[in-house]
Amino acid sequence: MSGLLENFWVLLALKVAIIAAVVPAVSLVFIFAELKISAHMQSRIGPYFAGGRWGWAQPLADGLKFIQKEDLVPDDADRPVFKFAPMVVLMSTLAVFVIVPFSPKLVVRDLDLGVFYALAAGSFGTIGVLMAGWSSANKYSLIGGLRAGAQLIAYELPLVLAVVGVVIQAGTMSFNGIVAAQAAPVFTIGEFAIHLPYLFQGQVIGFVIFIIAMLAELNRTPFDMPIAESELVMGYLTEYSGLRFTMFFLAEYAGMFSMSAIAATLFLGGWYLPGLSSGALEVLGPVILMAKVSLLVFVIIWFRWTFPRLREDQLQSIAWRWLIPLALLNIVGTAIAKVVL
Amino acid sequence: MQFTDWIADARNIVFLVIALAMVGAAVMVVTSRNVIHAALMLVVALAGSAALFLMLGAEFVAWTMVLVYIGAVVVLFLFGIMITRAPTKADPVRLDHKHRWPALLVALGTFAAMATVTTLAFEDAALPDGVARAGDIGDVLFDRFVIPFEVVSFVLLAALIGGIVLARKDPE
Repeated sequence: MSGLLENFWVLLALKVAIIAAVVPAVSLVFIFAELKISAHMQSRIGPYFAGGRWGWAQPLADGLKFIQKEDLVPDDADRPVFKFAPMVVLMSTLAVFVIVPFSPKLVVRDLDLGVFYALAAGSFGTIGVLMAGWSSANKYSLIGGLRAGAQLIAYELPLVLAVVGVVIQAGTMSFNGIVAAQAAPVFTIGEFAIHLPYLFQGQVIGFVIFIIAMLAELNRTPFDMPIAESELVMGYLTEYSGLRFTMFFLAEYAGMFSMSAIAATLFLGGWYLPGLSSGALEVLGPVILMAKVSLLVFVIIWFRWTFPRLREDQLQSIAWRWLIPLALLNIVGTAIAKVVL
Repeated sequence: MQFTDWIADARNIVFLVIALAMVGAAVMVVTSRNVIHAALMLVVALAGSAALFLMLGAEFVAWTMVLVYIGAVVVLFLFGIMITRAPTKADPVRLDHKHRWPALLVALGTFAAMATVTTLAFEDAALPDGVARAGDIGDVLFDRFVIPFEVVSFVLLAALIGGIVLARKDPE
């Protein structure tokens, strides 16, 4: 058995299968959470009947409905590009999970350049969005795709720069290395060692910038100009139906999962919780990480049902005039603190 | 080395597959009747070069290729094309140039020169170990190559200022 597990290809197939099963399952839970939380925030009940108690089967029913629908391709559309676009978006989202550590050992591959890899893999999705917007041969889709492109370019910079602060502080780009750096005690009071995640070690600005840029990268309200229903129907998703629409939908919630997991690992300590032995962390690590991820996902959903949508020029000016200079200041401050302290 | 020996190495087969895909994509970039298709084929070609860098163990360069060239440069290409004109069928404008034969000559000449120079310089030399991790690259970049690094950033700064000057409209 252990001999089989040491075979590279068997292990690879196993890891791919686990990610391919876990990520959609967790995404379904998040979709259900969004349905229920949004309902309660608006004094509604939300899904109630499907599956019995709380209507827990509602996301499954929605998924089955989408799969049954016809896979429409508009007459004027560029067929190969149109059909390939959702795969590019979903692929780039799933590729990020390679480096997300769920426990000291439970990670697909702890790359030395983990942070850099995650950002590179995530940036690939922009191509898919632009492909979808253009190939639909629909003016709503095209404008939605263009807005999405402009937004993703603008917010990728603050996202990358916000992470640099953590990388400087940890002195490594490997995700497990960053968690280990946060597991090291900051200072001790007598025998009692104080462990702090980077959020409480001076990376507050970095965390806030990361969360804002993350919302924009995910096209979530208040940054959902690309799919603004009142003016663009559904933006670059307008012409998609059936399974291909499901892929975009899944990519959105899987993206929430992956981005929240990255934020939780970089700023909130990942699978680490002070006071637990390393043996307990091996077992409880995934639970701790998922608890932190769920907290961030709740914040994302909360924002969506609280804030109105930003106008396109406001959105661009926040990124270029506020977030990028602030992120640069944060890097300078962190670097000085690293050298001086 | 015999071809049969060369092909017996699995790494060479992977290289061959990636290289053929890259060449095919590169030819499509030039011959495609649609500008967007050309840009998307450029993505395939650039992804292939990133894969080649990964095969060489140059992880940092590979992900930089993806982040900068695919994630930023090609996205800007696509964005620029879509915001000006973007027909989904074959482009009505002729995507050709009357100087295509001289252009081919220049391309072949550049390829021959670069292929010769790199082959002569590095022929069978094995890569030195030690500059594979991100930290090592940082050490080398900010120690031995700090002056070229600063020169490059100065050139980029000049280009940046030039871009702003060109785009800016001063109020009369």
